[in-house]
Amino acid sequence: MSVRRLAPAEVQPASFAFSPENETWAQMVLTRYPAGKQASAVIPFLMRAQDQEGWVSKAAIETIADRLGMKHIRVLEVATFYTQFQLGPVGSVAHVQVCGTTPCMLRGSDEILHVCKNRIAPHAHELSADGKFSWEEVECLGACVNAPMVAVFSDTYEDLTKESFEALLDGFERGETPKPGPQNGRTGCEAEGGATTLNDPGLYDGTYRVNIVTGGGK
Amino acid sequence: MAKIKIDGTEIDVAPEATLLQACEAAGAEVPRFCFHERLSVAGNCRMCLVEVKGGPPKPTASCAMAVKDLRPGPNGEPPEVFTTTPMVKRAREGVMEFLLINHPLDCPICDQGGECDLQDQAMAFGGDSSRFAENKRAVEDKDIGPLVKTVMTRCIQCTRCVRFTAEVAGTADMGLISRGEDVEITTYLETAMASELQGNIVDLCPVGALTSKPYEFKARPWELTKTESIDVMDALGSNIRVDARGREVVRILPRLNEDVNEEWISDKTRHVVDGLKTQRLDRPYVRDAHGKLAAASWPQALGVVAEKIKATAPEKIGIIVGDLASAEELFAIKTLAASLGIASIDARADGSRLGTGGRGSWLFNATIAGIDQADAILLVGTNPRKEAAVLNARIRKRWRKGGCPIGVLGEEADLTYAYNYLGEGPSSLDWLASGQNGFLDVLKNASKPLIIVGNGVTTRPDGAAVMAKVAEIGFAVGAVGPEWNHFSVLHTAANRVAALDLGVIPAAGGKSTNEILAACATGEIETLILIGADEIDTSNLGKTFVVYLGTHGDKGAHTASVILPGAAYTEKSGTWVNTEGRVQVGARAAFPVGEAREDWAILRALSALVGKTLPFDSLGGLRAAMVAAHPTFAGVDEIVPASHEDVAALTSGAGAMSGAGFVSPIGDFYLTNPIARASATMAECSALATARMRDAAE
Repeated sequence: MSVRRLAPAEVQPASFAFSPENETWAQMVLTRYPAGKQASAVIPFLMRAQDQEGWVSKAAIETIADRLGMKHIRVLEVATFYTQFQLGPVGSVAHVQVCGTTPCMLRGSDEILHVCKNRIAPHAHELSADGKFSWEEVECLGACVNAPMVAVFSDTYEDLTKESFEALLDGFERGETPKPGPQNGRTGCEAEGGATTLNDPGLYDGTYRVNIVTGGGK
Repeated sequence: MAKIKIDGTEIDVAPEATLLQACEAAGAEVPRFCFHERLSVAGNCRMCLVEVKGGPPKPTASCAMAVKDLRPGPNGEPPEVFTTTPMVKRAREGVMEFLLINHPLDCPICDQGGECDLQDQAMAFGGDSSRFAENKRAVEDKDIGPLVKTVMTRCIQCTRCVRFTAEVAGTADMGLISRGEDVEITTYLETAMASELQGNIVDLCPVGALTSKPYEFKARPWELTKTESIDVMDALGSNIRVDARGREVVRILPRLNEDVNEEWISDKTRHVVDGLKTQRLDRPYVRDAHGKLAAASWPQALGVVAEKIKATAPEKIGIIVGDLASAEELFAIKTLAASLGIASIDARADGSRLGTGGRGSWLFNATIAGIDQADAILLVGTNPRKEAAVLNARIRKRWRKGGCPIGVLGEEADLTYAYNYLGEGPSSLDWLASGQNGFLDVLKNASKPLIIVGNGVTTRPDGAAVMAKVAEIGFAVGAVGPEWNHFSVLHTAANRVAALDLGVIPAAGGKSTNEILAACATGEIETLILIGADEIDTSNLGKTFVVYLGTHGDKGAHTASVILPGAAYTEKSGTWVNTEGRVQVGARAAFPVGEAREDWAILRALSALVGKTLPFDSLGGLRAAMVAAHPTFAGVDEIVPASHEDVAALTSGAGAMSGAGFVSPIGDFYLTNPIARASATMAECSALATARMRDAAE
């Protein structure tokens, strides 16, 4: 983690407003809270603003603060506290969040990060030359059995290798949305290459149980 | 009350008291950084750890645990708390070690050195060396305005400043951004703070992260002579401590007085010190034949004044006393005027109409501490944020507790709390009195309604009529009665109440301030004596022989024919009566500059030259004579309550109310008196505030 500051003034948009659909949503959210407690909506609003714009801008912070009757500093505190809020522009096609926590690190996340540094940008939160990609290292993304993994916006891609990650990025580059999930043929967290234990058919047709009950052995 | 045992001593405390407060009550000292009595509990510094018997087997943060939350022993024994056990000592040493890991070792160049909580507590709990070999954290310094200097690497994230600006000051300037190791205290994108009380965060900061910018590298606390005094920047009479190094006043700090300023002071009170050094009148001046002011000796200057006074008929002499005069010179000039037969004497330089009735008609009868008990407040013609910033914080404190609706008649300004805006002028007052807008019922239903009337009312030409109407409302809603009197006047001049108590108002046939000034223009008054009066219209004094007795080369001195240099409030022992009628005495912290003398002594010398020698030749003698003539001055730090009948007398105020809205007499909070106008710090603050106002208007 590093010091989190708002993006430089050059890249800050002049204003922010929710899109019509998001505006409808925002009004619905506000009704969840009793009068005078609208400040509770600050995190959903910031998150929705980020979903809409890709990141949280100064204009978004101020607009949301004014809307919720909060001081600007209070919303800035929230936006800088949660690392899920991006404070600068992210890649238009993919912002790759690479898990670097222990299980992923043991399973080769360093190689994934290496690819990011070489292919996207040398430093986290920097845009690639074409503006399509950016990356950052994050803490545990919660699928350690499928390590290593990355998250791209709301999709996750697991069981990566250097090659499959490159292929993933190629897919994004071509404008496709690669299929989320394990990238090595698994569908979930089942054992790779099939089960190595508990594969006696007798376990599943009832015979094994009968044997135990009758004490007759196998 | 709940029983609790602290280090073996059983005591009785309120059940909602925190363990820390209980420990204090039992005489056990508990170190702390983030806890502050007047702020909400944060519980994040962990320095106040104590051991609780029967509690979890870990130290407990005593600031965040209430006595009522502790379980009694198995046989109903009171819960036990220990503050001196090895476990507590080790825990605190651990906390201190963590705090010091990232704290720089720059005490020798830190302004907080010598009065630093961290330094003091590190002496008790700190290790002799650091086990931390890694890089220390560094934080960028923030520019948060002209009054507070930041060295953010020193910050230990106690968040007292954040809580102060959010809770007490009500501006929510400061915040804590980011998280974990990277947290930083800052204002929103490093904008300057907007509070009039921001200087207090320097006192609150337990380390050297926030220090006073004007006082930067000026002095060490042990070099200073500390003098207890009274502030004169507003009518609150805040208790202050004036720190001087040698002859120079270097800073002003608040003193604790629960009944007046608690422990806060406004920025003007605190940072006006550099104004005491600039633009000073340090020797007498007499205007020569070419119209130029030339330096003179005291005998020359006083001789010129005495000749002029003797040569002028008393009815052609006027006296106006300014807002910063102490009771001593008020009494001296009044006695002198009476013996000379001068009737045109007025200490109400702002043209206020108060002073003719009884004492109850000009006091803040509810008392400042009484604000805490009020359950509905009506502000008429006052902007307390500008007129008495600390009192405004007290109103805000009451408002935050809830159950205290506030109505405002006058300017619709940001007072840092929500209020019902009832209109701007007398017509709205009529409307309120008629009961049509509902707020009258709010006041009626309140058990202790408080009505605060400002100088925006009393200085109006129709002031008497408006006061009559407000007093009527006061009686109608039960704010005034034999049991209590919550009809309160908020003055802007530091010693106005003393002036009115002493009766420094025109004698029979005399002229009031505005009449004196008009008479100067026509030549009806030939000689005008100004005692520190600068907030007057001096444009028509061309023909008048003006004697200016004061401290600064401000408006009054510019028009003067003779200048008599006096002593500023830190340079004399003076008696001050604040807006609630509390008599307070300030001590002398430094000597007057150059040849300047204490004002009462100058008047005494002048009186001998005009042949009407005043009957006292020492400060003690003057005070004895003053107390004999005006017994309300006898009790220092006491209030002699006034009768509610004085308010009743107000209701007979004659005349019709005009249509103009109420306007606070204070345009610029930072520049209300000659000392503040001479201060570069105040000028900087004023420029920032003006720019902020302009931005807000756009």
